Parts: sequence; C-alpha cells; structure tokens
Amino acid sequence: MAPPAQSQRSPSPSQPSGKSEVSDLKLQLRQLAGSRAPGVDDSKRELFKKVISYMTVGIDVSSLFGEMVMCSATSDIVLKKMCYLYVGNYAKVNPDLALLTINFLQRDCNDEDPMIRGLALRSLCSLRVANFVEYLVGPLGSGLKDSNSYVRMVAVIGVLKLYHISASTCVDADFPSILKHLMLNDSDTQVVANCLSALQEIWSAEASTSEEASREREALISKPVIYYLLNRIREFSEWAQCLVLELVTKYVPSDSSEIFDIMNLLEDRLQHANGAVVLATIKVFLHLTLSMTDVHQQVYERIKAPLLTLVSSGSPEQSYAVLSHLHLLVMRAPYIFSSDYKHFYCQYNEPSYVKRLKLEMLTAVANESNTYEIVTELCEYAANVDIPIARESIRAVGKIALQQYDVNAIVDRLLQFLEMEKDYVTAEALVLVKDLLRKYPQWSHDCIAVVGNISSKNVQEPKAKAALIWMLGEYSQDMQDAPYILESLVENWDEEHSAEVRLHLLTAVMKCFFKRPPETQNALGTALAAGIADFHQDVHDRALFYYRILQYNVSVAERVVNPPKQAVSVFADTQSSEIKDRIFDEFNSLSVVYQKPSYMFTDKEHRGPFEFSDELGNLSIGGEAADNVVSAQRVEENDKDLLLTTSEKEETRGSSNNGSAYTAPYDGSSTSVFALQTHIESAISNPTAADHSPQASLAIDDLLGLGLPAAPAPPSPQLKLNTTAALDPSTFQHKWRQLPVALSQVCLNTQ
Amino acid sequence: MISQFFVLSQRGDNIVFRDYRGDVAKGTAEIFFRKVKFWKEDGQEEAPPVFDFGYVQTTSTEVLKSYIFNEPIVVDAARLQPLGPAAIFMQGTKRMPGTAVTKSVLANEPGGRKREEIFVDIIEKISVTFSSSGYILTSEIDGTIQMKSYLTGNPEIRLALNEDLSIGRGGGSVYDYRSSSGAGAVILDDCNFHESVRLDSFDMDRTLALIPPDGEFPVMNYRMTQEFKPPFRINCLIEEAGHLKAEVSLKVRAEFPSDIVANTIVVQMPLPNYTTRVSFELEPGAVGQRTDFKEANKKLEWGLKKIVGGSEHTLRAKLTFSQESHANITKEAGPVSMTFTIPMYNVSRLQVKYLQIAKKSSSYNPFRWVRYVTQANSYVARI
Repeated sequence: MAPPAQSQRSPSPSQPSGKSEVSDLKLQLRQLAGSRAPGVDDSKRELFKKVISYMTVGIDVSSLFGEMVMCSATSDIVLKKMCYLYVGNYAKVNPDLALLTINFLQRDCNDEDPMIRGLALRSLCSLRVANFVEYLVGPLGSGLKDSNSYVRMVAVIGVLKLYHISASTCVDADFPSILKHLMLNDSDTQVVANCLSALQEIWSAEASTSEEASREREALISKPVIYYLLNRIREFSEWAQCLVLELVTKYVPSDSSEIFDIMNLLEDRLQHANGAVVLATIKVFLHLTLSMTDVHQQVYERIKAPLLTLVSSGSPEQSYAVLSHLHLLVMRAPYIFSSDYKHFYCQYNEPSYVKRLKLEMLTAVANESNTYEIVTELCEYAANVDIPIARESIRAVGKIALQQYDVNAIVDRLLQFLEMEKDYVTAEALVLVKDLLRKYPQWSHDCIAVVGNISSKNVQEPKAKAALIWMLGEYSQDMQDAPYILESLVENWDEEHSAEVRLHLLTAVMKCFFKRPPETQNALGTALAAGIADFHQDVHDRALFYYRILQYNVSVAERVVNPPKQAVSVFADTQSSEIKDRIFDEFNSLSVVYQKPSYMFTDKEHRGPFEFSDELGNLSIGGEAADNVVSAQRVEENDKDLLLTTSEKEETRGSSNNGSAYTAPYDGSSTSVFALQTHIESAISNPTAADHSPQASLAIDDLLGLGLPAAPAPPSPQLKLNTTAALDPSTFQHKWRQLPVALSQVCLNTQ
Repeated sequence: MISQFFVLSQRGDNIVFRDYRGDVAKGTAEIFFRKVKFWKEDGQEEAPPVFDFGYVQTTSTEVLKSYIFNEPIVVDAARLQPLGPAAIFMQGTKRMPGTAVTKSVLANEPGGRKREEIFVDIIEKISVTFSSSGYILTSEIDGTIQMKSYLTGNPEIRLALNEDLSIGRGGGSVYDYRSSSGAGAVILDDCNFHESVRLDSFDMDRTLALIPPDGEFPVMNYRMTQEFKPPFRINCLIEEAGHLKAEVSLKVRAEFPSDIVANTIVVQMPLPNYTTRVSFELEPGAVGQRTDFKEANKKLEWGLKKIVGGSEHTLRAKLTFSQESHANITKEAGPVSMTFTIPMYNVSRLQVKYLQIAKKSSSYNPFRWVRYVTQANSYVARI
C-alpha cells in the first residue's frame, strides 16, 4: 500500500491524539458502507489506508470495528486485505465485535479465488480469540486439502495458531497427523517447511505430557524423514533450507558411511551465496563429524574457503556475523588456520569491531613459523591512528609473547614500543612487560634497562603506572634509581588519584625496603604514614597491616610481602571450556556473535522447540540448576561459579583479572597465598617460633620515625589460631571462591 | 521464527509494527530503541506475507509482488541511497560522477515501452598492502558478477567465463605466489553462486546457466589471492627539512593501459599529530586536483578527478610542526591509503566470454551490457 503523507504519520504514539480524526473517519466509513455507487471502492481504499496507517503507528482505531466490517462486504481484494489486517489486530481485544467478522471470513474461505481463500483463512486463524476455535476447525480442515498450495501453506500455519489458542481442539481434530502426512507428501516445499515448523512446535510442547508426542518429535529426526527432506533440499527456499539443515544437525547417523552420504549430498550448499545456508551447512558438517577427529579436521579445511569468501562479500554487518563464526573456529583449532594468518590482517578501512576480532585471531594462530610476520604486522598497527586498535595490537603482541615462541625477538619489539614515546603505547607496553616478566623472569635484565629509562612522569594511566611501580619494587635491586623514583612518587602521594596505584606504591616501597633498607627508609616511613591517613579503606588497611607486621617482625614481614615467587606458567583463560563448547553447540546463532551461550541472554521460554542442550547445561551446572524455574540471571551466577570450578584451578585466581584489560599484578600462585596465611598464622599464634622480640618492633617504630604514638597492640591472644591448620587445596578453593571479589583482590595484592 | 517485527522512526515511533505471536512482552520495541539508536526511515508498506505466525514464508520479491495489489508509488531514484554494488554505475549518486560507463539503468524507449535489456557487471574490489620498500605484502580481489535483468518473461541465460578458470588452490598456502601458474590462467581461491545458478556444465565449459529473477542480484561472488599487477604504485617520502619542518613527496603511478582512465581518486595520509600547517605544491599544469589538510584528524588529502593509464602524478607538501619530533618521523606518519574507481578494467582477468539469452523469436535481440569495474577496497602503502 502507498506510503501515507507525512502529516498522517506525524502523531506520536506517546501522545494519544487523532480522536477527532478517528470520529471523522467513522462518519465517512458509515456513509460509504451501504453505497453501491461507482468508484466507491476507491474512496473506501483511501479511508482504509488512513485507518491502517493510524493503526500501525499505534493510534487506537478499534472504535471503527463495526464500520470496517460493514464496509468490507466487497469483492475488492485490496479492501479485503486491509480489512483482514485490521480485524486481525483488534479481534483479540474486542471479542464481541470479532464475532461479527467470523461470518464473512468463513464465507471468504470458500471463495473461488485461492488468494481470497488463503487470506481469509489466515485472518480467521489470527483472531486469537479462544471462544472462536469451533469456527476454525472446519475451514482449516478444508484448507489443508485445498488444491492451491498457497491455501495449504496458510492452513498449516493456521493449525499451529489454533494449537496455541486451544491445544486440545487442535489435537482432537487430528491435525498433527494430517500435517505429518502433508509434510511427507506435499508437492510444494513451502507447505512441507511449514508443516515441519508447526510439528516441531506442537510436538515439543506436547512431549512433556504425551509419550506419543515425544515419539513423534523423535521421529522428526529419524532417518526416513531426514533423508526425505535432504533429498528435496534444493527445492526449498533459502529460509526453509536453513530450517531443514538445523534439523539435520540433530540427526544421529548410524554409521560413518551415512555421515559421508549426507556430507556429499550437502557439499554444494557450501557454494551457496547465502551466508545463512552456508553456515547452516557448516554446522551440520561440524556436528556430524564431532567424533571423527580426522574427518572433523578435514571439515575445517573444507569450510575455510567458503567462510573467507562470505566474510569478504556482502555488507560489513553480514561479514561480521560470518567472521564471528570463523573466529569461533579459529579459537577452537588455531593450528588449522595457522597458514591463513594473512587473511586476518586488518584493513585500514575496516570497522574496529572487525579489527578486534581479527587481532584475536592473529594472536591465536601465531606459531613457530608465522610469529615473526604476525608480530611485524601487529607492530604496524601500534602506530595506528585508531588508538583503541593500536592498544589492542600491542596487547596482542604481548599475548603472543606470553603464549610461546621466539620470545626473544618479541621482547625486543616490546621494548621498541617503550621507545616510541607515545603515551598510550608506553602505557600498554609497560603492562605487557610486567606480565612478561612474571612469566619469563630471565628477561628482567634487558627489560629493566629500558624500563629504568622511563620517567614515571610520562606514565599517567593507572594500570601502566601500577605496572611500572610493581617493576620498581620487584627489581629494585637491579634498578639503581628505584628507591629515589619511589620516593618521589611517595612525595606526591596526594596527587595520586588511583587507589590501585597507591596500593602498589605501598607494596613496592616495602619490597624496596627489604632489599635496600637505608635508601628506602625515609620513603617507607612517609608512605606508611600517608597510607594510614589515606581515605581509601583498602589503602588504609594495607598500610596499617604493613605497619603492624613490620612492627612485629621484619623478617616475617619480608616473607609475607616479598616471598620468592615462581614464574607464572599459564595465564588463566577468561572463558571456561564448557562455555566455549556450548557456544560451539549453538553455532549459527547469535550466541556466536555475542560470544555467550544463549541461556545468558534469553529467557527459558524463548529457547526454541528443540532445546536439547539445555539438559546438558543443567548437568554441568549441577544440582542447583535442576530446578526448572531457575532464571537466566541465576544460571549466569552459577556459571560464574563454574568458571572457577573447572580444571584450571591453578590459574583461577586470575580469571577476573586476566581478561583483555590488564589489572594489577599479583603474584598469586596458590602456594604463595597459602604462604601468606600460614605465615601469619604461625607468626601470630606462635610467637616463640618466629625470631620475634618486643625490641624488634620498637626498633621498627624508631626506624620509621613515625609519629604514631603507641601503635595498636598486636592481636590479642584470644584470637589464637590453630597452628596445625591443614587445608587441602580443594577445600581451600571452595572457601576461596566464596569470598567476595574485592576482598580476594586485596588479599592477592598484599604481596 | 520471529515473534515481532518492527521498524522504528528515528524518534522511536513505530512505523511498522507487527506482533506475530503475541508472546513477547509489551514495550519490546521501546526497549530495543533505547538499547540501540537504530533508525530507518521508510515508506509505509502494508507488510506483505513474508511471515506467517513468525515463520518466513517467502522473501522472493517476485512471489511477493503477486500478493500486493496496490500500485507502487515510485520513489524518486535519485533520492534513494543506492544499495547494490552495481549502483556505482548509476547516475545521480555522489559516489561516482560522470564516467564512460555511466548509463541510465532504467532505459525506457520513447513511447513508454520498456527496453529489453540485461546488465552484467563484473565488479572487483581490490585490497593491496605495500611494504615501505614497495613489496606487496598482501593482496586480494573480492569480485562479484552482478546481474540486473529487465527481460520480460525471464528467459534462460547462459554466461560463459574464461575457459582457463580454475577454482581452489590445491594444497599449500594460498599466499604462495610462486605456485600460481603465470600465463593467463585465472585461479580463484573460492567462489559461491546465487540460488538460481545451475552449474551442470560448469566443470566442462565454465558456463553458468540461470533464469534470472527480476532486479539486481549477485550471480557469483569470488575471492582471489593470485598475484596480480596492482593498478597503482605509490611512492612516499617524508623527510625532515630543518627546524620544525618536514617535506612530504607523494608519487602515484598508474600501471594500466593508456586507454583506461581511473576516476575519483583520493590519496590520504595521516601526518604527525603535532603538524600545524601544510602548504601544498602541485605539479605544473595539474588539472582537476585538489589538496586539503584535515586539521581535526591531521590528515593530508589529495584528490584527483582522473588518472590516465601510464601517467604519473606528484604532490609535494611542506609541513610545519608545533614541536620537535623525538622519534623517527616515518613512525609518526602514514600509511598512505588510496581509493579509486577504474571503469572497464579488471585486475583478475576474469571475463564474461559471452552472454546467451534463450531466444523467444528470431527477432528477439535484447540489449546486453557487460561492464567491468575495479575499485579500491583497502589500498595501502606503508612508509
């Protein structure tokens, strides 16, 4: 229908208006209703258009119901269509009025024009009024047998509509088995596809109460049905092909020759220009071959080219959707894509969401043979005008370094970054060098030499500053100026806005003090005083803690604050493998684009008729989720839990810290966390065991020259802790993850 | 399956709103609008039967046409943003002013009878990255054979491509340039085809058979990393020239035959962000060139209306800085990027050898237009 003039569209639905226009229309419709004058249909059309356009923008025109129905006694198909649309929209809220329409709709269902039969049936079934179901059964029954495929198409969906209004009426009329028959025999593939959609919905809903329905649902993915649909797949529309392919992914072939038959049959679908068809086919291939490692790998090889072609044709949005899927596959099997790394190079005019994915892929596929080239390319992006991408690129270089291979050359590159004298480059590089040193302490010499040249005044970003300070503390024995740099930082305590940086400063000064006491003494005193007076609770607490433990015993303090550290071997993954597997199960859906399994962003009732993987989810989440009414929110919480309970226990402490955003370093390996606890325990509860004396604490007071009168007494004896406390790692992990996040971070940072 | 379908105006009002299943909470559209500032202005159309109860029935425009009875109101084509890739051929768009191939697509003969004609466009978007020494780091061609048919009665069409065309580069990296056989052979990495294309004889004689649907659609998309001769060579020098000064020299050489003319060329180059002033010096006798220093993002822009094959153009720019540069100046500037359109030229050498239309009668001889165009996708030279 024609676009209405601008003025008709202008009333906003938020401000109900058009009252007078509506009553005006009512009057005009009434005048035309009985008229048989020539050209009356044209005038009616104009009025109907107005009504419909009001309706579509949300103006309530339901008061015109009677007039509209009266006017639709016509053979003009345009008028009929508009009237059907109108009636469908308002019948539900106006059941009494809707009754008026039943009569003429039923009559139209027997019209000789199939178009009118179809439209009338469609409207009849769209009334959504429970009392009318008795009027639907007859027309639907004949519609399903209609000689015209359009009418059958409409009737099939009509059955589904009926089912949702009154399931029992639909089942009692034996419609599902008629649909089944149509699905397997109709000449029109759209009728077949509609039957499939309708049956999937009906039988899934019935399956919970009826065993037969449950069997029927299973029968949809039985060999005869699947083969029948597959053999006709080329006749289906692209949409319906996707529907069939999705069904095929649920089919479990009996042997490998069947798998090959299906794949051979679908092979040419990979050459389809429609990305949805290709992705759906790929999903079938991937799922069929899951248990056949070699073939599965061949599938990856086979689908590479079609995916890359889809990525480079079509709109940026389409190509992003495909790229997300490619990204998923690359992350699952980076080695298969290692020779294709050049495809993941960023083009200067790509949107940054595409670049970001590509950078992750480049990081993933880096191996011995291509690392040099990839890192060279990434270094080009570091000078990019797009600063967020430049940052990501530097991080990517760092991740590759942390991953593996040829660290030597990469360290050089990173150090070159530090010399580029761009603030953000320096900032990112510092964070990376810090991480690198935690994994490869053997590089400290080279790194320290460069880091030592960086003026802390040029580093403003808290993360980077924290990293620099951490290095100053950690390597203060190798950096000649460390105590003095720290001292100047301490002097500017009040100007330091980031609590994170202040926390690091406290710790770094402590570490420096243990290594070079005479040079640091002053700074430590100032830092502790400033820290204790700090308004930030964590900073205050840490300063006080350091102060007390120093006062108590310097060597205990050193063992707590600066214990020998093991190099970090693996940094934590941000997503558990369970989550990744679930996203893979939901291949060819938004889950891949969001990089989240569907339960994290949908309500349970919207998860489609064939949600088998849900059961799987319940299993992995454990007993809590067995409860059916569990909300998505709740599942998500459980899932965060799940992140911490997987096999990666050794690294889990980092899971919140180790994403793309780097946070402060923490020397957490579980042993050192234990060390902290046991040290404190032994030191406090068993004073004689440690070489502790009251003089020592006095000396510290003296040494620091703090103006604190009579430091708070050491913990009172009634707080006596069990010296022989034994905690096995899993119990500890259990307790640990019950701690609120903030608390655990503070603990981690105290070293 | 679709529960609701809506098109919102930029204010968030419903232009089209359909609730197919009644299973989504009210106000979804509003939530959506708040979440995304998505907007699309559209003429209101009575929603054709694309969906029924949220299930897609058909999206083929031809089938849909038969369900729509209102006369269409033709929107002034010049006001619409062209969508398809072949739109670059159309007149009245800003993207490409008058060129040799510009041809009104809607060709009506006097007397109102629609002319029988069919357009086949081979559109290639090329991406090349040159290293600072001029060596090609990566190159790719993303091509489309786009068809627009105005033939009545939808006759069958046969489209023959190069006979030496081969698809898929067996084994090894696709970037292994040495493996590409030199003389003539066109090797596609991969391609895909429109639904209507039948490939029965494709393996034998590289012929595509299809019954084209109305309107514009891609017959075939292809991707190629085979080595090709880049149409332009870019040479860029940036040197310090005294205190707080530097000089940029940009040279562009067209390496295609002299009967081919590239148009709407734009060369861009980011300059050090402490650049305050740029003075340009065009070559003597330069016509149809413009230069600009985009202060906001510190970018040099050089536009050329056209470049004839085989010619070379140079731009010199004197930069003034607000501060001393500490680092290597080449690290602070570039890379140079370029956009262009070259009509009647394609780098892949993929060709439509012939276009055969099933004859309805001996006098039936519709117009056939086969057009080529090459465009820059990402054409970058590092410095």
